[in-house]
Amino acid sequence: MPMEQKEIESLIKVSIPDAEVTITDLAGDNNHFSAHITSSLFDGKTRIQQHKMVYDALEGRMGGILHALSLKTTVKKD
Amino acid sequence: MNDHVSESIQSTIDSNDVVLFMKGSKEMPQCGFSNAVVNALSYLDVKFEDVDVLQNEEIREGIKVFSDWPTIPQLYVKGEFIGGCDIVKEMFETGELSQLFTEKEIAHTKKD
Repeated sequence: MPMEQKEIESLIKVSIPDAEVTITDLAGDNNHFSAHITSSLFDGKTRIQQHKMVYDALEGRMGGILHALSLKTTVKKD
Repeated sequence: MNDHVSESIQSTIDSNDVVLFMKGSKEMPQCGFSNAVVNALSYLDVKFEDVDVLQNEEIREGIKVFSDWPTIPQLYVKGEFIGGCDIVKEMFETGELSQLFTEKEIAHTKKD
């Protein structure tokens, strides 16, 4: 069963409170998403670390029921 | 993960400068994300070893634990985990991927 867009967004915001999350349903099938996440907490971290923070926020769903989530992370500047 | 799985993965990334753990082969990728990374590497004329995780369930699950990364494809350059599809694509677009191969002294073709 695919995850709801809102559920993805709220899970990310629990772990990364200042995250600005933009989710796009790529195929219109509620299953292939791209997420662009901007947060000041990414500052000083490598892309791998930033993406891992998001994967951790999704609590193991990535690669499982969330097969097709394409990620882009950006550091929020003041 | 069994020791022999982790040893097998380690030995593959030790003996090849560039390794892509992917679904399908470089000639016939079985997933769009794997295909995207193959395309980026091919565009830069980088020689790489492909490991088809669909042929080996132990490697398929093992590589996720090994790298602490939940998805496939996964790119290794000189033993270092570089990232999955999104990171490699972004690095390709910004020119960082080509720069990485230059820094790591991996033969490739620079393109604008």
